Amino acid sequence: MRIVLSLLLTLCSASLLAEELPPTHEFTLDNGLTVLVREDHRAPVATVMIWYRVGSIDEPAGMTGMSHMLEHMMFKNTRHLTPGDYAALVSRFGGQTNAFTSYEYTAYYQTYEATRLPLALELEAERMAHLRIDPEEFSREVQVVLEERRQRTDDNPNALAWEKFSGILRPGTGYAHPVIGWRREIEQYQPERAMDWYQQWYTPGNAVLVIAGDVTREQVEPLVKQFFGPIDARDVPFRPTPKMADPAGDRRLDLVLPVQVPSLYLGWNVPSLATAEDPQTYYILNMLAGVLDGGTSARIESSLVRGQRLAAGAGAGYQGLSREDGVFTVTATPVPGVTLDQLQAAIEAEIHKLAETPPEQAELDRVRAQVLSGYVFGQDSVFGQAMELGYLAMIGQDWRLSANMAEALAQVTPQQVSDAAHTWLVPARRAMARVEPEASTPEAAQ
Amino acid sequence: MSRNRLLIGAALTLAVLLFIFIAINPAPKPVPAEPTASTFPTTLEAVTQAEPGRRQLDIRQWQTDTGSRVLFVHTGQLPMLDVRVLFDAGSARDDGQPGLASLTNAMLDQGADGLDVGDIARGFEDLGASFGNSSHRDMALLTLTSLSAPEFRDPALALMRRIMHAPSFPEDALTRLRTQMLQGLRMQQQVPGPQLSRAFNALLFGEHPYATPSGGTPESLPGITRDDLVAYYQRYYTAQNAVIALVGDITEEQARDIATQLSDALPQGERAVRLPVAQTLTERHTTHIDFPSSQTHISLGNQLISRGHPDYVPLYVGNHILGGGGFSAILMDEVRQKRGLVYGVYSGISPMASGGPFTVSLQTANDNADAALKLTLELISDFVANGPTDEQLQLAVDDLTGSFALATASNSDIVGQLGAIGFYDLPLDYLDTFQQAISDVSAGDIRDAFQRHLVPDNLAIASIGPRAPDPARASETPVNDSAPADTAE
Repeated sequence: MRIVLSLLLTLCSASLLAEELPPTHEFTLDNGLTVLVREDHRAPVATVMIWYRVGSIDEPAGMTGMSHMLEHMMFKNTRHLTPGDYAALVSRFGGQTNAFTSYEYTAYYQTYEATRLPLALELEAERMAHLRIDPEEFSREVQVVLEERRQRTDDNPNALAWEKFSGILRPGTGYAHPVIGWRREIEQYQPERAMDWYQQWYTPGNAVLVIAGDVTREQVEPLVKQFFGPIDARDVPFRPTPKMADPAGDRRLDLVLPVQVPSLYLGWNVPSLATAEDPQTYYILNMLAGVLDGGTSARIESSLVRGQRLAAGAGAGYQGLSREDGVFTVTATPVPGVTLDQLQAAIEAEIHKLAETPPEQAELDRVRAQVLSGYVFGQDSVFGQAMELGYLAMIGQDWRLSANMAEALAQVTPQQVSDAAHTWLVPARRAMARVEPEASTPEAAQ
Repeated sequence: MSRNRLLIGAALTLAVLLFIFIAINPAPKPVPAEPTASTFPTTLEAVTQAEPGRRQLDIRQWQTDTGSRVLFVHTGQLPMLDVRVLFDAGSARDDGQPGLASLTNAMLDQGADGLDVGDIARGFEDLGASFGNSSHRDMALLTLTSLSAPEFRDPALALMRRIMHAPSFPEDALTRLRTQMLQGLRMQQQVPGPQLSRAFNALLFGEHPYATPSGGTPESLPGITRDDLVAYYQRYYTAQNAVIALVGDITEEQARDIATQLSDALPQGERAVRLPVAQTLTERHTTHIDFPSSQTHISLGNQLISRGHPDYVPLYVGNHILGGGGFSAILMDEVRQKRGLVYGVYSGISPMASGGPFTVSLQTANDNADAALKLTLELISDFVANGPTDEQLQLAVDDLTGSFALATASNSDIVGQLGAIGFYDLPLDYLDTFQQAISDVSAGDIRDAFQRHLVPDNLAIASIGPRAPDPARASETPVNDSAPADTAE
């Protein structure tokens, strides 16, 4: 079975990927705006996304969460629009719209039946160039953001634990504060600072426009030029080039929170694709994560959850696409009667085993098989394709990355995976948070 | 499913699910028919006059010899296949053993036909196939997404058939999953949402099977035995109780073979008997859970209609205007946009097999809970009394009919639609006729339908927080005053 399968995979990687990539076009306007067009003619729909290279990592102390706050204000007043107008226009044409802010970017989208494309572009150009911030609207929206923070973080001890863990996971970087910002700073937001933030970062040269769906470049290019062309070029703000940070040292956080189930968070500072000296490190670390947790048959599930029955839930992952170093994380919750010490020891034993003994080739093949099929399945969603193009652009990577992923992973050897565990998953690069219930009753520990 | 988009997928998923803060936008004022502000947007006329594109779905429907209902759509652009098998085997069939449906469903891939859980997982993952199982109130699902080339498709389907045909329900896996579910229940006690959801369901549905907590209870789970699972499987996972939906790059002939083989793998039995329709509450029921959260979460609702009721369409459109339309709904406009009381407030009407509940949910800072509940109740009452304006109706109809193209854009969307059409015995032209029916609704129809079915004083109200919200304690909050209220805490 295994031999046959490897053959199939070889065939598959050759045939699937040698097939031409989905038609994708890239061009840049004179004012610096980058445009990516992905053609997908299966259905008469189109997604328009605009991505700005600004997120929470760019926020100085005192301004945490400002990128997200600005995102909320982008749905309110512009030169031509008052609050509610934008949403009503999108609704009138059956569109879906929203926005999201993360560490490295702020992004907005509209999805419609494809003939609505010109409207989508006009609206997006309007708010790129002509945002107005009304102080009363602003202070009311601060209340909304505070509600959002309560809902997402303050009333969820696991989210709170993750927020605190993030503070030690990448200390001294923009990744150490929450995307939504600290409450004390949200409460002190000023509309003028939001406007400054907008003027500093929302320039055409700092943005990427992604259009995916039932469109062609011929159709799209004149419209993009019509609406975005007149926007003046401005300086693109400085963002430092990603560089590998020195190991931060072994860090440990003990948290007592209103939980009933303890939990364990482990993370290691490792290279990202952007900071790795050799890009191959990125693929090796991906393979390492896949061997540990690339599915129900992978080691975390088969050993910690099923074999030893120590974890009620556990997961490992490598975030190697970012603007600074990546992180390799393992999170777990124990079954009743198992302590966090036991759980941690078992996780470290799994890692140690990998560092000592290279994984089976079959485990690597399995990871690759899922990457191959995942690449095809990913093309089922127009929205997903636009997300991928935009995100890769935000972190400075080429949009062909995912198409080439399986081939790059084929170059990874079992020994390299083992070596990577040995090199990178070491105490000097480790952060750990342990969450225990408030009153450690015998019942809770069981 | 979620396992499959490894690597880049994982990075994106993480970025999307964990760290992203989505702004739900404010709701609208009605858009003037003619744009006022110096003809902005300039594209309005062209877009209004453009002929919207349509994707014609050629749905094939048949029944297998063993009695499964099958729906198929061929899509040839991507080399993949989506299979979805739906059983009338949701938690509504728990029959006094909360968690039985969920556990049975979760146990299916834990061992089958001589294979253990690891063999099954490796089997799918070696092929890059994604197998999933999930259980809901009306239905239980098995799903498979595979590359459509026969060398991937055939072994993946063969494995799925073995799971459907001879699940072994191993005792050790049952013990493990039960422990995981119990641990999951404990984790739910840490946050307000899931606790409220259980309490609200119990309040809303009373003695009806829909009141069953799908995930089980600390009391019920330990009592569920292997024999219970086997009996449940034999009774509900039958060919006659199954709908098979197929979408992807296969021919109709291949689809017929696949459906026959899947159907033949299942036990023989009967289609589950329709449950009685849930009762409408005829007076106000309230419940509150004390919990030390910074927000109070509130759910309101009542059972309105049975499936297939002619008033479903006006209620559906009305709900979109009141609170279902997200960006463009009255509740979002008044409670969030104009007063900053919430991050989200939504209403919904769910066309379930044996009921059609209307529900509203909101979350607000504890100090605002009285005012937010009072305002929400007033907005509902106002809507029931007066119905929508013609402008509100037009916007909702445009929104709902204009978004139909998005409902069948992907294979994944289509297989979901086929599953619903098959499971709920809807006609094949359902999507078209529903769209037409939406266009034909008048503001009066909506008002009348709401007045016939929704009595605001009878809405069940469940809440969780440091104290029960009480609208009587709130100061006056005029409903239609567009001036901002002072919402500072």
